[in-house]
Amino acid sequence: MFAIDILLEGLTPAAVLIVLLKVVIVFVVGLVATMFMVWFERKIISGMQNRIGPNKAGPFGILQTLADGIKLFFKEDLLPDRADRFVFRLAPFLAFVPAFLVWSIIPLGGDFSNGKNGAVTMFGHRTFVQLADPPVGVLLLLAISSIGVYGIMLAGWSSGSKYPLLGSVRASAQMVSYEAALGLSLAAVMLVAGTLSTNGIVTSQSSLGRWHVIATGIVPFVIFMVAATAELNRPPFDLVEAEQELVGGFNTEYSSLRFALFYLAEFMNTVTMSGIIVTMFFGGPQPVTFNLGAVHFSGDLRLGFMNGTVWFVAKLLVFLYIYVWFRATLPRLRYDQLMNLGWKLLIPASLGWFMLLAAQRVATDNDWNKWTVNIITIAVLLACGLLLLAATRVSAKNREREGAMF
Amino acid sequence: MQLFVFVCAAAMILVGAIGVIVRSHPVHAALSLILTLFGVAVLFVAQEAHFLAAVQVIVYAGAIVVLFLFVIMLLGVDKAEALRIDPVKVQRPLAVIVGLGLFGLVAAAIVRSRDSLVVRGRGIDIASGDAGHDSNIRQLANDLFSNHVFAFEITSVLLVIAVVGTVLLARRPRSGSATDPSAGSK
Repeated sequence: MFAIDILLEGLTPAAVLIVLLKVVIVFVVGLVATMFMVWFERKIISGMQNRIGPNKAGPFGILQTLADGIKLFFKEDLLPDRADRFVFRLAPFLAFVPAFLVWSIIPLGGDFSNGKNGAVTMFGHRTFVQLADPPVGVLLLLAISSIGVYGIMLAGWSSGSKYPLLGSVRASAQMVSYEAALGLSLAAVMLVAGTLSTNGIVTSQSSLGRWHVIATGIVPFVIFMVAATAELNRPPFDLVEAEQELVGGFNTEYSSLRFALFYLAEFMNTVTMSGIIVTMFFGGPQPVTFNLGAVHFSGDLRLGFMNGTVWFVAKLLVFLYIYVWFRATLPRLRYDQLMNLGWKLLIPASLGWFMLLAAQRVATDNDWNKWTVNIITIAVLLACGLLLLAATRVSAKNREREGAMF
Repeated sequence: MQLFVFVCAAAMILVGAIGVIVRSHPVHAALSLILTLFGVAVLFVAQEAHFLAAVQVIVYAGAIVVLFLFVIMLLGVDKAEALRIDPVKVQRPLAVIVGLGLFGLVAAAIVRSRDSLVVRGRGIDIASGDAGHDSNIRQLANDLFSNHVFAFEITSVLLVIAVVGTVLLARRPRSGSATDPSAGSK
């Protein structure tokens, strides 16, 4: 019924135990990765700003997150007088649980060489280094990220105060707007990979040239990266927190453990989104292989079944670093700039690019001349783009005449 | 296993459905609706309709109820409804009659079609298919873009018309408010 793991087809006690063990491992790895990410971000950003950053707790301050967690744990848990008690308590979990669920569909490792489809042998059982491989893989990601909106929305509303409400309306409007661009850029990946399952998507990126970042032609990756950053409410799209202008965003009234849950969810989301980027566009646990005349590198680090995991973590770190880099260098967008970017640039661009890829696909299927098809498609897209540009010009002029401020 | 999943999902659906009616607070009612939608999604998964389950969560729970909540929060109707006052006098007896009628219809449909329901998969045979993992989507797409392609396209046109119409109605220039700075700003 739940075809999520090749192990569970037999449903033997050993298989169930292994799956349970995998659940625990994925949960712990997720938590530790999040803790690491908090430290990593603070350390890198302090380096970029000529500060030392956390350096007291443990070597290089690596236990700082743990110390912060313990501090938050012992703080008083406040419940505002005008809060909606039930929803107020529920909201942090609605933010936290989806963040963890996404982690379960990312292939965290595995052997994808020679058509093994990422299965490794552990304790005499073949299994994926991935908690679940549901048939709707990528759609599950979109479903979960759309559920994540509730946590933020309800947190702001249930606080019974207008500032968190304003913050949460901002946040959820932003997340809902960028979800469309996120989904459309993923559609390009699905089109090229021909499957929805995350495992299948990784399998289809068997060599460097077939990594989806190249196979889909960079544009979907850029759109996904921007949309994901906005979806995560991270700088330069962090209007939700905007510590210089707002009182604190949707989580103003939260303290203690509930606040810690929001905080954890935020960083967890950053880690999982980086994992999704690696999985969708950069081959996930597939090793980097190249063959330049005499220099041949198969990507095998001689680590057995950990080989894929090492590659995955290496790629993940690159994107985690990029997110921190964004935060340290890019100025925040204004709210209308944010909405314009999402609705008027990213969504049309991803739709147009998707159409181009689809046309190419049809051309190869029917043996049409590829260049003719490309030229016609680009001409059509250009015409559409110009029409869109004209439409936005006219509407901007109309608004100006009506006396709008921007 | 099948029965266990069904009982859990059915309990979710029923609790949610009753919650939608009983909770006097609109936000709580909307949350109960989400519970119902999730229960239905679980039932879809149990019937191996994975795609339908995902779309159910994305579209209904992820978009439509979010929209409901937006409206509830922004219009400030998030106060417990005064149940004593009836806007329309015949509303309640009418609701009872319609509710009972609907219940009767559904019950009759189930009783009448009990024998044919047992024979599964007269429509699309979901379980079988060439590409194990994506059979769901492939068959759905084949059906949608061959047998129902006109209905599909016309529906999309209808939706575009609805969106354009809504924008047009909402942005109709009001006389006398031409200098209102908030008009037209997103």
